[in-house]
Amino acid sequence: MTITNQSTDKDDTAGLVDQLDSVPRRGAVLRMSEVQAAEIEDSEPLASENDQTMLVNMGPAHPSTHGVLRLMLEMDGEAVVRSKPIIGYLHTGMEKTAEDLTYLQGATNVTRMDYASPLFTELAFSLAVEKLIGIEVPPRAVWIRMLMTEMNRISSHLLFMATNGMDLGAVSMMIYGWREREQVLRFFQKVTGLRMNHNYIRPGGVAADLPPGWEEDVMQLLEMLPPRLAEYDILMTGQPIWRERLQGVGNLTQEEALALSVTGPILRSTGVAWDLRADQPYLAYDEVDFDVVVGSFGDAFDRYAIRLNEIRESMNLVRQIVEKMPSGDYRVQDTKVTPPPRGRIDESMEALIHHFKIFTEGFKVPEGEAYAAVESPRGELGCYIVSDGSAKPYRMHIRGPSFYNLQCMSHMLANSQLADAVAIISSVDPILGEVDR
Amino acid sequence: MSESTELDQSEISVISADDSPYGAIERTQNGDRVIYPTVDSWVEVGSKLLADGWNMCIDITAVDYKAYGPARNLPEGVAEERFEVVATLRSHERRELIQARVQVSVDNPVLPTLYNIFPGVDYAEREIYDLFGIEFAGHPDLSRILMPETWQGHPLRKDYAIGGIPVQFKAPTSTDTK
Repeated sequence: MTITNQSTDKDDTAGLVDQLDSVPRRGAVLRMSEVQAAEIEDSEPLASENDQTMLVNMGPAHPSTHGVLRLMLEMDGEAVVRSKPIIGYLHTGMEKTAEDLTYLQGATNVTRMDYASPLFTELAFSLAVEKLIGIEVPPRAVWIRMLMTEMNRISSHLLFMATNGMDLGAVSMMIYGWREREQVLRFFQKVTGLRMNHNYIRPGGVAADLPPGWEEDVMQLLEMLPPRLAEYDILMTGQPIWRERLQGVGNLTQEEALALSVTGPILRSTGVAWDLRADQPYLAYDEVDFDVVVGSFGDAFDRYAIRLNEIRESMNLVRQIVEKMPSGDYRVQDTKVTPPPRGRIDESMEALIHHFKIFTEGFKVPEGEAYAAVESPRGELGCYIVSDGSAKPYRMHIRGPSFYNLQCMSHMLANSQLADAVAIISSVDPILGEVDR
Repeated sequence: MSESTELDQSEISVISADDSPYGAIERTQNGDRVIYPTVDSWVEVGSKLLADGWNMCIDITAVDYKAYGPARNLPEGVAEERFEVVATLRSHERRELIQARVQVSVDNPVLPTLYNIFPGVDYAEREIYDLFGIEFAGHPDLSRILMPETWQGHPLRKDYAIGGIPVQFKAPTSTDTK
């Protein structure tokens, strides 16, 4: 395994890194309840060490907060002293809902959490259920899952490119990112029937085999993307305004990232080469060759560059997956979890009953507990399931990477300018559906 | 209909608290290491885990076993309680996963916080407090995180019914437009 180092010329930011190098900067988090905050009158100074600070509210309906994130910022002039992200506006009790849905319906529930990369949540859920039942999915299902999740990583990072550009004023980038993402979603629509919230990866395999001609569609995408990514490089990576805006902004140290349970591109931007696909491989990631992209400065530019290069790595992976795609079943042929084939339902009463029972009662899962994790575009996405032997999970918990990654936001914001706050929020790339669940 | 492979319980190996490096009952289940500290040894085991190279607390969550039908599958020596708090840790160096599960009683749902060892549990402990009502002694900001601050009850408890919340609808405004 080789490790790609992002070589970026950023000597001018070294002083700032030293200055912020106290670990962990606990003073960065504003510990104040919403009720207390509401009682403070506008422009009234807060009673803190520095009497001149005041509280500024950002969101929840701010275009750069990626949904409904609210930030309470304690400002000293233009500088952020402490801050507190406030979440829960999208909380719909999905973990509670999951306790009332069968394992087959469960995938439709979890897919709605991280709506930018729904296939990963389905995958983590399915892996946990399969671990409990003790079934092994056929090779083709494994490789289809890899193909689809890598494509989803591309579309999710393209969405990040679009929103990151939009947040920083590169409005044309928003259109470009969306345009490319739409091409990938069109492929998803062809395979799963839906652009988002696919319910495609299910316990036991995938919902349907790849449609005829899928290789051409994938190849078309792989041909379309490289010149577009080169355009992004011209528009953003090499552009002085873009670099000025991101380099040295929102620094995070390695110690802080590890202490705050930060995973994914944010952890890798601090120089930790940790990627579950490479370090604790699931599916068949030990049979493909890819690089883990790491940064060295832990700033917003590194996080941007890592995601851009992860698109390239995922394309490289997709190419290998297309080559190695095995033939065979796309779901496990275990009558316990798999409905009978469509053809048999017409001729066999038992098959019809079996089909009906699987979709109404669901299949029973042996009692026990299981944790399964995958590397989503945002970090480690884990699923912890407790089964009591019935057809519904007794408890289903999703470890959303965005939820944990949000914790580092206060530390990135400390000592930065208000104008940089938008760049920092954007570089964390939180999906609030997954944060609030 | 063929019977699929069920969990092989005989694969479970149990290590007693005295033999474990972390001073807690340990066992391997489905290839995952699980340790069972007590409420009193929770923080101590946490710092031993950190010192032993488990450098990231990936996740901390809770389970309410109130309505659990079958007998709890706990190793000998672990007294079952209604709540179980589950912390998942990873070692980047060894590329391994370990889970620490602690039994918390419903009469005294208080657990010392791991915040001072793993600051990353901040939000997750608030979430457990919010949804299960388990308090974390020593947490710097133990407040509701997902539910509104004025919310009554803890939704992920098993005695909290689904759909038990009255929904208020506004009266329709007058449609009399003349």
